[in-house]
Amino acid sequence: MKNTVTKTQVTHVAQLASLTITEQEAEHLVGAFDETLAVIDNLSQLSLNETEPTSQVTGLENITRADEVLTDNMFSQQEALANAKRSYDGYFVVDRIIDND
Amino acid sequence: MTNQLCSLTLAQTLNKLQKKEIQMSEIVQSVLDSIKKQDSTIHAFLTQNEGLLGDVKAREKLPLAGLPIAVKDNICTKGLRTTASSLVLDKFLPQYTATIVEKVCQAGATIIGKTNLDAWAHGSSTETSQYGRTLNPRNTGHLPGGSSGGSAAAVAADMSIVAIGTETAGSIRQPAAWCGVVGLKPTYGRVSRYGVIAMASSTDSPGPIAKTVQDAAMMLNYLAGQDLHDPTTSPQAVPDFTQSLGKSIKGLKVGLLYQDIEGMEIVKSHIDTAAKVLTELGAKVEPTQALSPQYAISVYTIVQRGEVSSNLARYDGIRFGNDRTFFGDEAKRRIMLGTYTLSKGYADKYYLTAQKARTLFIQDYQKLFEKYDCLISATSPSFAKKIGVTENAAMFGELEDMLLEPSSITGLPGISVPCYKDPQTNLFIGLNIIAPMWREDRVIQIADAFEKATDWNTWKETK
Repeated sequence: MKNTVTKTQVTHVAQLASLTITEQEAEHLVGAFDETLAVIDNLSQLSLNETEPTSQVTGLENITRADEVLTDNMFSQQEALANAKRSYDGYFVVDRIIDND
Repeated sequence: MTNQLCSLTLAQTLNKLQKKEIQMSEIVQSVLDSIKKQDSTIHAFLTQNEGLLGDVKAREKLPLAGLPIAVKDNICTKGLRTTASSLVLDKFLPQYTATIVEKVCQAGATIIGKTNLDAWAHGSSTETSQYGRTLNPRNTGHLPGGSSGGSAAAVAADMSIVAIGTETAGSIRQPAAWCGVVGLKPTYGRVSRYGVIAMASSTDSPGPIAKTVQDAAMMLNYLAGQDLHDPTTSPQAVPDFTQSLGKSIKGLKVGLLYQDIEGMEIVKSHIDTAAKVLTELGAKVEPTQALSPQYAISVYTIVQRGEVSSNLARYDGIRFGNDRTFFGDEAKRRIMLGTYTLSKGYADKYYLTAQKARTLFIQDYQKLFEKYDCLISATSPSFAKKIGVTENAAMFGELEDMLLEPSSITGLPGISVPCYKDPQTNLFIGLNIIAPMWREDRVIQIADAFEKATDWNTWKETK
């Protein structure tokens, strides 16, 4: 079965990803999604029932370091705020996301 | 720019410095002149380091003596604008420096400037850069490849002695092949990612782009090693990679891959010729089969889009950068596809399946490496493509990097060395050499032997 997406799905995904897209972009993205889904569909040809997934390739586990403060990668408050567009009294300023009531 | 100081290799530069035949300030001036003369056309650099001359002076007593290098613009440099070629980070001045840059600077290198890339390193052309594409200095009607296209172009045009790039799937090797230079992608975990703007965290591998295999080996010595700030770096001992130079490849078993798959017509005969060169050098080369790279495209696409959607979620315009309306089309497309394949109801179908198929590739290569010391193939199925070809091609990069994706998703080390130049177009083909995990020494050994036995390297005969 061919995998395709609808414009509604694409718009929903944009919302999930916190992206604003225009109607025209949504239409265009349906085509891009379908093109990509058609390519990646070939994995269904592989028999993978007995295969374990790989999420990382080096096999390293439980990598820890001494429980010491690393001062070389600490920011001062001023440094931390240096790239923020809006700051106030040493804080980052963010938009309200919870309604008043 | 032949016969000027900027056309020296790293090894030649250090040699001449040691003999006191030249001073680093002369090299720096020559490189700056080269940039001034060419970069308004090539557009390899996004930002130049205004403090360069002071940095050179301060580091002249160190091993690299102030050596000017170009750094891909997805690598953080304290106080020096770092954009990842995206308007989201248009005015971003990092508060810290990536480990790899710190390491080379402590050894005496200086940053000339930051090089162009596909925005967020998403692509294989530099055409998705929100600051405009880079042109291939070998033929300006063509693309340099990508995503490290600016770094490869800078080296190819003698606008930098060496450069640092990053590869997720082909982003060092493919632009190196298209620009006719050497690109080395280390084993995943060999080189620190701390301070590299994260794209696909499970495959991102920084590495050198250089004029010769020797230069790449020398640079890898500085870049490699475990980093306290990146727990995915390996505690594996780091050998002196220059020890692999000049070694015979007699008796090494080499598997030749992908010559019979569809789309190889343009490069096939040149790769066969390269295989013959290795045979003449004493290696035992034979064609062999691996899992189809068509599946690697799918694994990579799903894993990469998923990791991108997660990594790029941090750009909210609060702590740094502009808000999410500044993302370009390609980034939006990738974030959204990753969001889709990771969303409820689809994660098993796509993401888990891709991770399982990734295991198949690892097993497939393990089996191949029981039989062969290394594997070779073309780096790219084509010469550098013409400017503009990526428009409306959602899968351009993945299809271009098809031959490199298997070694990327499996974390293997690889190198691309020039193995043909078309006399009409002046464009190159690269030979890709891969070896088992942690065996960069072996890819360097074979690439160096190949480079010395052939005339494709532009810098080989100079001085």
